[in-house]
Amino acid sequence: MNPGEFSRRRFLIGSLSTLGGAWLAARWPMIAATQEHIHGAFESGQAPAFQFFSPEQAVEIEAMAAQIIPADDAPGAREARVIYSIDRALTTFEHDKQPLYRQGLTQLQGKTRGLFSGRDKFSELTSEQQVQLLTAIEKSEFFELVRLHTIVGFLSNPEYGGNHDRIGWKVIGFEDAGAYEPPFGYYDREINKDDGR
Amino acid sequence: MKHFTTGTQVDFVVVGAGAAGGVVAKELSTAGFQVVVLEQGPYLRESDFRHDELRFRDIYDKPYLGQEILTNNHELQPNTFRRTDMDIARPLPVVGYGRCVGGGTVHFTANYWRFHEIDFIERSRWGPIEDTGFADWPITYADLEPYYTKAEWDLGVSGLASASPFDPPRSKPYPLPPLPVKSSGVLFERAARKLGWHAYPAALAILSQPYQGRSACMHCGFCEWFGCEFAAKSSTLASVIPVAEKTGRCEIRPNSYVRRISTDKHGRADGVIYFDGERREQFQKAKAVVVCANGAETPRLLLISKSNLFPQGLANSSGLVGKYLMFEATAGALGTFEHPLNEYKSVQVTRVIHDFYDSDPQRGFYGGGGLDARFDYYPIGYALYAMPPDAPRWGADFKRALKENFNRTLNVFAHTTALALESNSISLDPDLKDAWGLPAMRVTYKSHPDDLQNMAFFRDRALELLEAAGAIKKWGFPVEDATASVHLMGTCRMGNDPKSSVVDQYHRAHDVPNLFIVDGSSFVTSGRNQPTCTIQALAYRASDHIARMARSGGIRSSL
Ligand SMILES: Cc1cc2nc3c(=O)[nH]c(=O)nc-3n(C[C@H](O)[C@H](O)[C@H](O)COP(=O)(O)OP(=O)(O)OC[C@H]3O[C@@H](n4cnc5c(N)ncnc54)[C@H](O)[C@@H]3O)c2cc1C
Ligand code: SF4
Repeated sequence: MNPGEFSRRRFLIGSLSTLGGAWLAARWPMIAATQEHIHGAFESGQAPAFQFFSPEQAVEIEAMAAQIIPADDAPGAREARVIYSIDRALTTFEHDKQPLYRQGLTQLQGKTRGLFSGRDKFSELTSEQQVQLLTAIEKSEFFELVRLHTIVGFLSNPEYGGNHDRIGWKVIGFEDAGAYEPPFGYYDREINKDDGR
Repeated sequence: MKHFTTGTQVDFVVVGAGAAGGVVAKELSTAGFQVVVLEQGPYLRESDFRHDELRFRDIYDKPYLGQEILTNNHELQPNTFRRTDMDIARPLPVVGYGRCVGGGTVHFTANYWRFHEIDFIERSRWGPIEDTGFADWPITYADLEPYYTKAEWDLGVSGLASASPFDPPRSKPYPLPPLPVKSSGVLFERAARKLGWHAYPAALAILSQPYQGRSACMHCGFCEWFGCEFAAKSSTLASVIPVAEKTGRCEIRPNSYVRRISTDKHGRADGVIYFDGERREQFQKAKAVVVCANGAETPRLLLISKSNLFPQGLANSSGLVGKYLMFEATAGALGTFEHPLNEYKSVQVTRVIHDFYDSDPQRGFYGGGGLDARFDYYPIGYALYAMPPDAPRWGADFKRALKENFNRTLNVFAHTTALALESNSISLDPDLKDAWGLPAMRVTYKSHPDDLQNMAFFRDRALELLEAAGAIKKWGFPVEDATASVHLMGTCRMGNDPKSSVVDQYHRAHDVPNLFIVDGSSFVTSGRNQPTCTIQALAYRASDHIARMARSGGIRSSL
């Protein structure tokens, strides 16, 4: 059970008598059903097919995303399946960015060959080499766009294909409970123990 | 809800169902009049609102992916922008407003500041400021006080009367106690005490307890820029519009984009022409017209409605329609703290400081304002736009900074004065058209130097507060000339003299006896840039007078 669900339940038990509580209770199964459906594909073991990227291209972009938000003691962009949100964005609301990705992928390959002779694929470089290469292109429009899409995919609602299992939100400490009760944070704890007004 | 045919001559047609329009609709329909409200945006319900940052956020953060569901869409209704009339105006999204039933009150932050007494008479107190339209209002705080109280009780506002030593006099306390303080509020209050200033519980148009059959705030946190799924935010959508509909005399007609106010041969308004949802032209007949389309769209509509009788645009014999535009003036700073604040929970603001509300000649410039403690960011926006300036933009250290700071950041935000300048305006772009073929809005705006000095002053107070609150790191927003605004004021200013104003003190257009203009455009000064409480108090007051005039046959409609 993720922390979001836990506090949602606590919240429902705590305030079912109010109008808002009742309303959320009525709607929650619907929201949950939608999200389950979307993640159904993953859970059944088969990753959804890419609609824009070829499998090879996806590997390259995913490797970039994994350097923009790497895994450390907590998961990163790869684990959050950001690549699926980018693929989906490029066939929907970011449709017009397709050419930039095509050109960017070619440039990425060119840069890989230029910097590391004999190497063809960014994704097959060592992590240090990848960082070195991305540092060299971090001012480019392509990098900026992949950075934007990686952050958006990491932190947007899971319905968009990324932020798998709410990994992005867990990393930054965003609970996603839908509703909360005081105390909210460390500094209002004392005051809100009895009456925060 | 009642439906009228377009051929029925209703008593009033109201253009725009926003902060003012919702109030006018309720007041006039409960007073017994037939009212049709035409709103260009959709009629969304609580069940349409989602906690979805990607879909519901907006223009400020382009290249953000905002889908403009609740707000105006610049692809369909673009505006152009220039600093002065010497520059070429180019397309740039600078004007933002709520475009749905409820207007800007659906997604606003709900800070609900009354004006203070000084705001109405500041020109007399301070003296003239050269090359500006700095002027007194034709009404005083005392004239408006009963309507402030009415707004607070009718719509549902939470707060603590007289908690601020600077609070203006009031006839009644707030109907609801303040919302629970957040960590930002506690730190802010602590800092203020250290500095000898006075932080007090924010007045918010949000219910801290159930009220009039609506739910209390559930502290969901998706408040600013979002619609409230619980109807706890006192938008006109949640509060007064349902009351208007229940009278059986008021129809809210969404997806109805008014393109012209029509006048008869005597120069009286006889209805409005609008595009319906299928972009077909319709004509709604009415005895009188009330325009509540906000400080930017109202002057545009009046200018588009020019005719042989009104060659400069409707109600524009003064030539001042669109002039004296006042934008949102703000300043602020961000800071990070040792322990989690979890500011993403609950409403944005819980504490406010008004110690610097009044202008002070010793500062060397005109200007005043208020400060609040808040957090204006959601996860994506935070990562893109609000990280500490020394944080790397990607990689392991970026991620670490994101992880450490998202829950430990707050911003101190100041809302400050904007002087009215004749050169700041809404006009019609000579070339660009919107998706319906109407002339696009052209915005000309350059802040007065005093506004910029005032912002710098408030930015420094914000940094001082963060220091006193014990921030680990703090950084100020750059002080810049305004380039975008969601507070739109002053383009049809109120006054006694038809030569120097557009509407009289009862919001009747000087030039057209059955045309009323009630929204942010009536403002003579900007107050301290939290306009909505005053917009709505004015709407209650105007409605009172309009209803009285209508009953006594004083409106002189077209026949
Ligand atoms: C993110 C955000 C936060 C805010 N927070 C605060 C706050 O905390 N405190 C505060 O005081 N203010 C706040 N505001 C500002 C507030 O929203 C506005 O001041 C207020 O809504 C303006 O009221 P109005 O009646 O003048 O116009 P609006 O509320 O903008 O209503 C005008 C309505 O008219 C409609 N309309 C326009 N033209 C036409 C046409 N031709 N035909 C038909 N319909 C038309 C519009 O679609 C709109 O619904 C905030 C705004 C934003 C965007
Ligand atoms: S914070 Fe409260 S008022 Fe704001 S949207 Fe959430 S429940 Fe509604």
